[in-house]
Amino acid sequence: MATDILMPALSPTMEEGKLAKWLKKEGDAVKSGDILAEIETDKATMEVEAIDEGVLAKILVPDGTENVAVNTPIAIIAGEGEDVSEAAAGGGKPKSNGQAAPDAEKAPVEAKSSEDAPKVPAAPATVTSKAAEPVVDEFPADTPMVTMTVREALRDAMVEEMRRDENVFVMGEEVAEYQGAYKITQGLLQEFGARRVVDTPITEHGFAGIAVGAAFSGLRPICEFMTFNFAMQAIDHIINSAAKTLYMSGGQLGCPIVFRGPNGAAARVGAQHSHDYSAWYSNVPGLKVVAPYTAADFKGLLKAAIRDPNPVVFLENEILYGQSFPVPQIDDLVLPIGKAKIHRPGKDVTLVSFSIGMTYALKAAQALAEEGIEAEVIDLRTLRPMDSDTIVESVKKTGRCVTVEEGFPQSGIGAEIVARLMADAFDYLDAPVLRVTGKDVPMPYAANLEKLALPSVAEVIEAAKAVCYK
Amino acid sequence: MAAARNARKAASKSDAPEHKPAPNIPQFTKDEDLHAYREMLLIRRFEEKAGQLYGMGLIGGFCHLYIGQEAVVVGLQMASTDGDQVITGYRDHGHMLACGMDAKGVMAELTGRQGGYSRGKGGSMHMFSREKQFFGGHGIVGAQVSLGTGLAFADAYKKNGNVSFTYFGDGAANQGQVYESFNMAALWKLPVIYVIENNRYAMGTSVARASAQTDFSKRGLSFGIPGEQVDGMDVRTVREAAVRAVEHARAAKGPYILEMQTYRYRGHSMSDPAKYRSKDEVSKMRDEHDPIEMVRKRLIEAHGVAEADLKATDAEIREIVNESADFATNDPEPDPKELWTDILLEARA
Repeated sequence: MATDILMPALSPTMEEGKLAKWLKKEGDAVKSGDILAEIETDKATMEVEAIDEGVLAKILVPDGTENVAVNTPIAIIAGEGEDVSEAAAGGGKPKSNGQAAPDAEKAPVEAKSSEDAPKVPAAPATVTSKAAEPVVDEFPADTPMVTMTVREALRDAMVEEMRRDENVFVMGEEVAEYQGAYKITQGLLQEFGARRVVDTPITEHGFAGIAVGAAFSGLRPICEFMTFNFAMQAIDHIINSAAKTLYMSGGQLGCPIVFRGPNGAAARVGAQHSHDYSAWYSNVPGLKVVAPYTAADFKGLLKAAIRDPNPVVFLENEILYGQSFPVPQIDDLVLPIGKAKIHRPGKDVTLVSFSIGMTYALKAAQALAEEGIEAEVIDLRTLRPMDSDTIVESVKKTGRCVTVEEGFPQSGIGAEIVARLMADAFDYLDAPVLRVTGKDVPMPYAANLEKLALPSVAEVIEAAKAVCYK
Repeated sequence: MAAARNARKAASKSDAPEHKPAPNIPQFTKDEDLHAYREMLLIRRFEEKAGQLYGMGLIGGFCHLYIGQEAVVVGLQMASTDGDQVITGYRDHGHMLACGMDAKGVMAELTGRQGGYSRGKGGSMHMFSREKQFFGGHGIVGAQVSLGTGLAFADAYKKNGNVSFTYFGDGAANQGQVYESFNMAALWKLPVIYVIENNRYAMGTSVARASAQTDFSKRGLSFGIPGEQVDGMDVRTVREAAVRAVEHARAAKGPYILEMQTYRYRGHSMSDPAKYRSKDEVSKMRDEHDPIEMVRKRLIEAHGVAEADLKATDAEIREIVNESADFATNDPEPDPKELWTDILLEARA
């Protein structure tokens, strides 16, 4: 069986090359691995190597030929025991190689047509249900409440889920014997033992990778970062290993893991310990990103995150850890990821925030109310998938919107909300949407400068009045 | 048939050491040699075909071939049992075939078709099979080392007696997370076998130019991880060392390092002209230490297998490979709807 030797492509971008030199001549016997010829591209000189055994029956493209297109037959090899002259005459129909060539030409055409197909601005892959009722109060008025801190709510969420599922375990720095750097994992070691509450060395990159590997294998790790600043060491595994593998495996390999820890500024800890990564993680398909404000939401959403089959980045806040909120006293408090909540209803302006940003928004709403402006305060709770519907429905009512976050302005969560409102609520807006954000500077240490770098209630009030033209 | 082979022009003298076969080579039975021959030949022929399809523009992007290194994964697999996991980097086609994944599905992933293992969404560097316990297929150099340690963490957690074969190259061996993983694996006595495939070049940088400690078997010493250097061109020495490593790991004694001294004949990827090494260096390895030729010779001379029988095996392998190529070129591309699937799993209510 004679076979054509085709001009090979040596890189994804190569379309043609020069046939520099034949190293075998017609009539030479060739065996697998022999170098037949050298070809030149704009980048390099490469060799063409024989795979099959046979005799070089005919050279179709001579030495020195420039601009030989990829896939052009450059020679014919006669198979074992085959008549060389017959093969050279072109009688030998190439087998799989030659047959595949037309497919090669066909394939890009098909690719083109399929590229054209999804012209529709395809729906972002979110799981928010359309036209759902906005969440105002998730619990009946007569639900018994207990006051607890965010810290206690997080611990209880983990304890309950670890009791429920043997595959759930916690790993991180100082989570076990030290009882948690911020005391979130207090008592876990005593109840669950060292097998399920695992102290790691200071080695974020490594233990995040180990946690992801364990999740691939069916465990449900809660990977605690002492702060998300240190998760920068591990961000490769959060993004490249955890978020992308389900897609890259065609749906075979899920990664049920929670990456959690305090995010953003604490107080007076300087630029390297104060970064807010909300916008970073919310940018990545394949992740869910949760950033609650109240203790009830921290509890209900952490339980949901631990049960979720996907990687969830769960952003906490050190300042909120000690704050107390009423938490419903119900057996299994699980809240839906991907649903915002109207924390305070109003009709004049929509304030959208999340996590500690809510403290500015709520204080501003209180102050605005005293001046006769009724602000509706939306707590996003989840940043990805982002609950656009709740924001859009509110803005349809108020016609005005201000976003509030501690993160940087450029490409921030506020910027995303503005873009969505432009696309989905443009006709309802009575004023440009304004953002209140952290300032565009690394976090300073000095008390006065740090205060200036963070958003303030006064800035939120000012922005709200500005969009109300008051 | 032809394929582009990375050539080189300059590279006068190699700074790579001479390849030294092991002094006491364990023997294989005829059946073991036949098995190894078949497995290695499948990888060789598959990779040659992949190189060819790449040359024809049917495979895109990066394509890292395993040619020359076949004895490593085949020998290791001969020491593994069902349930053991395998994870590696992006030079992964050989590992998938050795794990028993279907050549058609692998080749169709290379051509980006719907019948590929990742339905065309992963490509050469990203394939997985939960059924065969193959966990990829990872493109960030060294990332698979922490991930593979995590697979072993899960084995220890579940006490299932399995071990994790975590493969990486001499290049990845210099990444920081490798040592973070070594530390935790030794600390927690995780059943992981670190297989360092030392093929002498991290892309274009030779081991001597990149590594202060070129004996990779010693890289775990400060963590108390035993290691050995193994002739990775001889499937028998590979299997023998693998058996020792597996025994160690399964006995809950912790991780084990196997430095496999091997060689890749082709460039780092298809577009690598490999000017960093001499032609003589490549041909010397091919002529004197080819893992497949060694077994072939042994089968004929020591086991008395007829040449015709081996030819029949060759033909059978070619048929499998050709079928995979036919499938991979005729299978349709993924439906455009696939763009939006497999991003998140549905959460159970």
